[in-house]
Amino acid sequence: MSEPTTPPGSRAFEPAGDLPPLDPHRHEPLDLEGLTLLVGTKKGVFSLTAAAERSSFRLNGPAFLGHIVQHAIVDPRDRRTLLVALRTGHLGPTVFRSTDFGRSWQEASKPPAFAKPKDDRKSNVVEIVFWLTPGHADEPGVWYAGTSPEGLFRSEDAGDTWYPVAGWNDHPNWIRWTGDMKERNPDGSPIHSILIDPRDARHMYFGTGSAGVFESNDQGANWHLLNTGMLSPTGPDPHPEFGYDPHCMTLHPLAPDLLYQQNHCGIYRMRRSEARWIRIGDNMPREVGDIGFPIALHPREPNTAWVFPMDGTDVWPRTCPGGKPAVYRTRDAGESWTRLDRGFPERAWYTVLRQSMAVDTERSIGVYFGTTNGEVWGSTDEGESWRCLAAHLPHVYSVEVASVVR
Amino acid sequence: MQVRIPSVLHSYTAGARTVTANGATVAALLLDLDARYPGIRFRMVNEANALRPHMRVFVNRESISDLDRSLAPEDEVMILHALSGG
Repeated sequence: MSEPTTPPGSRAFEPAGDLPPLDPHRHEPLDLEGLTLLVGTKKGVFSLTAAAERSSFRLNGPAFLGHIVQHAIVDPRDRRTLLVALRTGHLGPTVFRSTDFGRSWQEASKPPAFAKPKDDRKSNVVEIVFWLTPGHADEPGVWYAGTSPEGLFRSEDAGDTWYPVAGWNDHPNWIRWTGDMKERNPDGSPIHSILIDPRDARHMYFGTGSAGVFESNDQGANWHLLNTGMLSPTGPDPHPEFGYDPHCMTLHPLAPDLLYQQNHCGIYRMRRSEARWIRIGDNMPREVGDIGFPIALHPREPNTAWVFPMDGTDVWPRTCPGGKPAVYRTRDAGESWTRLDRGFPERAWYTVLRQSMAVDTERSIGVYFGTTNGEVWGSTDEGESWRCLAAHLPHVYSVEVASVVR
Repeated sequence: MQVRIPSVLHSYTAGARTVTANGATVAALLLDLDARYPGIRFRMVNEANALRPHMRVFVNRESISDLDRSLAPEDEVMILHALSGG
């Protein structure tokens, strides 16, 4: 009997002979309890559970060993339902759910997938489920997912079944806004920063790396651009209608008309009454610059935010500027910034990605971030001092804070 | 008929490396597999009904790309998966 032919261009196909028995469920329980960090990595999801008033953190996991976990988040409405967006290197993207604090998992019975086009357009295919956002407090069970390529999906049953948001996915300008499929980012071109106005479930925002910021006032039925004031990274026109790259955007829950974003071209703030983005990163030290991925807000102080700058000079190393890691904090909505680096190594060369910085809601706010070299750092004094909470993990894609009730 | 399942999908088959499924075509077989092991098909086949990159189906040891390829009850079907990257 001949061996199977190896398809051209492929390699290292799994041998056809008998393999040793496999544990089909390669999960270490996450065991979420109380204040917990969820850490999505290139090789699975971990948790860090705080103990003794955050003086120590216990590492659990990984669940989904070997799976690429882009985002893991606990529903803040029930403080129990955990959703994880993942895929492997080659298996299709999907969503898993846990309602027992990360002990057992159920896959979404209908993961995010594009609808077949109604016209002769080529079918779109979800490559990555990149971003998960729990819906409005008045809509329990509603979640949104952003994918690469730029798809928006909604679930009304706590992440079990997902349906395309046709107002975006079938928008007549979709191809114009999302650009040439051949020029997508190496890690995909996702929808991210899906934001729900806490005053109105119908009012939403999201960002894309191809067009910029979008807003909807009717729960996704219609979308318009919100780019005025930003600088475009490419093209001869620095202020085109679209073609901007917000890396991470957030709004303040107590002041929902105040938006911040860490953009490919700087740090911006928008007060809706001003109707334009203001580059508050111009107030950062010139030698550090204002390029980066994440931005996180103080949950009670709308004028306080943290960023983690990266080197955006010449070929864009995207590591800590000068190899000197530092968080920068503003307490005046970006008019001034303070360097916070106590506890960091003198030299380090990692990157902090857009979903990898988060804050808790304790009296003295905890700020946390994960790095591309597999470390998780935390501060329990609002950034004044830092300590490494975990090391030797895989490349970190996301860090979220959960407050779990058992 | 018997279908060989790659290790990356054993979490769907409770660890079974070979399972039984039926279908007059490869596409029908994959749908039957999904009915028996919910979710397994979407990890292999995208929403445009194409095999995902690095996923291969062999019928009687011949690599096929046409999911409408007909099957006979005695056919041997192997699903294999390329492993590459870090």
